Amino acid sequence: MVFNSEIFQITILSLQVSAIATCISLLIGLPVGTWLALGNFRGRSFILSIINTGMALPPVVVGLVVAIMLWRSGPLGNLRLIYTPIAIIIAQTVIAAPVVTGLTAAALEALDPRLQQQLLGLGASKGQMVWYLWREARLPLLAALMAGFGSVISEVGASMMVGGNIRGQTRVLTTAIVLETSKGEFGQALALSTLLLVLTYLINLGLTSIQQRGTKK
Amino acid sequence: MIQIRDLLIQRNGLDALRVNSLNIERGETLTVVGPNGAGKSTLLLALARLLKPSHGEIIYDGKSLKQWDELEYRRKISFVFQAPLLMDMTVEQNVALGLKFRGVSKNQTYERVGKWIKQLGVESLSKRRAGQLSGGEAQRVSLARAFVLDPELFLLDEPFASLDPPTRAKLIEDLSALLKADHRTAVFVTHNLNEAAKLSHRIAVIVGGALRQVGTSKQIKMNPADETVKAFLQELPQ
Repeated sequence: MVFNSEIFQITILSLQVSAIATCISLLIGLPVGTWLALGNFRGRSFILSIINTGMALPPVVVGLVVAIMLWRSGPLGNLRLIYTPIAIIIAQTVIAAPVVTGLTAAALEALDPRLQQQLLGLGASKGQMVWYLWREARLPLLAALMAGFGSVISEVGASMMVGGNIRGQTRVLTTAIVLETSKGEFGQALALSTLLLVLTYLINLGLTSIQQRGTKK
Repeated sequence: MIQIRDLLIQRNGLDALRVNSLNIERGETLTVVGPNGAGKSTLLLALARLLKPSHGEIIYDGKSLKQWDELEYRRKISFVFQAPLLMDMTVEQNVALGLKFRGVSKNQTYERVGKWIKQLGVESLSKRRAGQLSGGEAQRVSLARAFVLDPELFLLDEPFASLDPPTRAKLIEDLSALLKADHRTAVFVTHNLNEAAKLSHRIAVIVGGALRQVGTSKQIKMNPADETVKAFLQELPQ
């Protein structure tokens, strides 16, 4: 494998699936994490402990469960999603959503609890209150986004199991690295690894610069 | 303006405050005094509808708080906490926050914010971020943020407790002038009976989670309602 259109396609697919999975995780994690942080209900600690455990979910276990669900004979087999990019997105969302949810809850819990009351006491609606709490916790929330993206762009087990590493269809950078290594093509594997690292670095550099801009007083 | 009847507030399953009866007139400043943990802040939170009564009711303008639309009621009040609790934004933006919540136009916001940051002496700090302010400056901004809303009712929870004595004295003086000038209705929580006497028409004494006495400073000092009030007064620094 040389740096050609195939690598370009693999790179684009890697970025696409991880970005979509991160965005879906954000759509799930931000409201759920907020609900857990601000809510006061029975079972809250139990749910938080489940989410925190979910933050350390091994990708291969996620891959196994998603594969069983999407397998042709599985409960969602008729959707015919196994070995498609959508299957990878589903698995990666399962990996990233607890990370984003848990870190969102932690970020909001770290704020002064009286801030909620202060915002309501100034006449904020519930929606306005939540928006301004997010605004106040924007730096740790950005860290949650970075952690969510980091957890999926670098995982290989789930992508391999539910995507199948099919050339031109579901091969992403991490699965391609595994393949090249298994063939003894260490040069190619190292080149792809460098590409993955550079891409991850550039994305995190962008997010970090936004974060640092926010910390300047 | 406000009538409290048979009020019981519970927090974490325990009785936090009992008020059998309390009336607050329009234009009155009522100061609430009492030892730490007596239930003073609980009263303010209940008045702001941020805590729900377990029993009894609070009537505002003839209507129980339960009957008021929550947002409509909360937009009639302004709450100032002991800590300034400013947002990570500029002084101007902080002061404008409540107006933004109410959808006030930019021109009006600019005008009203300008008036109040000037009145509270923080005009020169308008572009500064909250994190760059001293304690006294931050508390002035917090007061400007409350006053700019022109509310019907101010709820002030020991807003000067963490300040040094000269700053505190100056702010008490300023606050007293502002409340009197516009005949504002305010409920002000403090530990300090002298501050209470300076600011308010009447004083309410809360000890051990119950309202014990309401009266002028003189009445309370001369005729404490019971032994708990007497003990509280004796513990105060002379």
